[in-house]
Amino acid sequence: MPDIGAAERGFTVKAQVMGSDDVRRALTRIAHEIVERNKGTEDLVIVGIRTRGAPLAERIAAAIASFENADVASGALDVTLYRDDVNLRAPRNLEATTVPADLDGRVVVLVDDVLYTGRTIRAAFDAVLDLGRPRAIRLAVLVDRGHRELPIRADHVGKNLPTSATEVVKVHVNEIDGEDAVLIGEYA
Amino acid sequence: MIKHLLSMDQLSADEITTVLDTADSLRQVTDRPIKKLPTLRGRTVCNLFYEASTRTRISFELAAKRLSADVINFSADSKSSVAKGESFKDTAWTLEAMGVDAIVVRHGSSGAPLQLSKWVKASVLNAGDGQHEHPTQALLDLFSIREHFKEFDGLNVAIVGDVLHSRVARSNVKGLVTMGANVTLVGPPTLIPPQAKGWGAEISHDLDAVLEDLDVVYLLRVQKERQSEQLFPSLREYASVWGLDARRATRLKRDALIMHPGPMNRGVEIAADVSEYPRSIILDQVTNGLAVRMSLLYLMLGGTEEVAA
Repeated sequence: MPDIGAAERGFTVKAQVMGSDDVRRALTRIAHEIVERNKGTEDLVIVGIRTRGAPLAERIAAAIASFENADVASGALDVTLYRDDVNLRAPRNLEATTVPADLDGRVVVLVDDVLYTGRTIRAAFDAVLDLGRPRAIRLAVLVDRGHRELPIRADHVGKNLPTSATEVVKVHVNEIDGEDAVLIGEYA
Repeated sequence: MIKHLLSMDQLSADEITTVLDTADSLRQVTDRPIKKLPTLRGRTVCNLFYEASTRTRISFELAAKRLSADVINFSADSKSSVAKGESFKDTAWTLEAMGVDAIVVRHGSSGAPLQLSKWVKASVLNAGDGQHEHPTQALLDLFSIREHFKEFDGLNVAIVGDVLHSRVARSNVKGLVTMGANVTLVGPPTLIPPQAKGWGAEISHDLDAVLEDLDVVYLLRVQKERQSEQLFPSLREYASVWGLDARRATRLKRDALIMHPGPMNRGVEIAADVSEYPRSIILDQVTNGLAVRMSLLYLMLGGTEEVAA
């Protein structure tokens, strides 16, 4: 077992469920699914939810651009100020929202690393709708771990991962963590 | 983050950086069609102003509204309960009874915000108290300077004019010194308080001698109402010795910034045409004030300290 969790205090890794090849293949498949569902790349905007959705969105957009030979718009969204638990936790540092200026009439594909309660995605809906009125919003996630608290589902899923609520799913991405991996563990 | 913002003394360099970074992210909101965020929904902010103000009060009001807080404006003028003789303390308790979450206060007496913070459970933000401090002005000035120079180390900043009566000067010196800038206070000996020697800034009585080294020249408003105290002979003489006119402005470095907290006395501390030079960022300061006040309201009201998720 690689010593990945050591840097995160109190987190013990129980299993690695995806390695870098698995992540790469899943993102490639998602990229193809997005284009297939959209019947091409027209109007597509791939928007990653910060923090770890952002690099995943960049990679999906780059993959589509290479196999479709077309420019695909991408961006990143910080949903902190739209969260329903903003008053329940310490204020978090904000990161830049970088989304193409005009979302009106386009198809926004939100990208996140883990789909869990669905509350982050709900916040992302509000954040996107304040920026414009897309024709459709779709959702792509690397891991769907269940335990939804809102009626939200993903259109494109890298891996369905049944978990218990006490477990913690961590996604590491190369751009931030120095490696690609999906880990299950728990906090001590 | 801090519960009350009373003085720049409270903020470390790291905390100032957090405020400025957060303001950076929030400023994007100003450029989009829907300029509103739901973050402070259900919170109430009261602007309690015992002194005249245009930009600070409007800026705080707009900042709170952009974050979806409800805003009450209370000006202690002839139409308010203060005119009927209500004390500061009773006014504070009245606001507390109505359930406000933050009170933005401007008062002619130094220390009024500190006193207020002891009476109420709400967060208190100092919007200028007497000759003491004006911390949000200092933070927006730091933001504006950082926007141009990226960092503060080694920057030469002169604060020119009536330092004696200026809360802006006091807060700015503290903030700039904390961030590592070299600060020089420039003005006639009558307008530099003796204790300024302990502020960590240089003192000069000759604007022409320091001009060429400056990265930022920050002009303070001449408080015309102080003229009766005879601390300087006349406005005309003040303008010729301490004012930034076109002749002095040409001696500044090419990329030096010209700043002023407003409201300006054109033709006194700053010549009318100089205030409109491209290097003058006086209107940027106003724009940045909105983002910085949004940042403070978010960091101080948007969340609880107890639960860190």
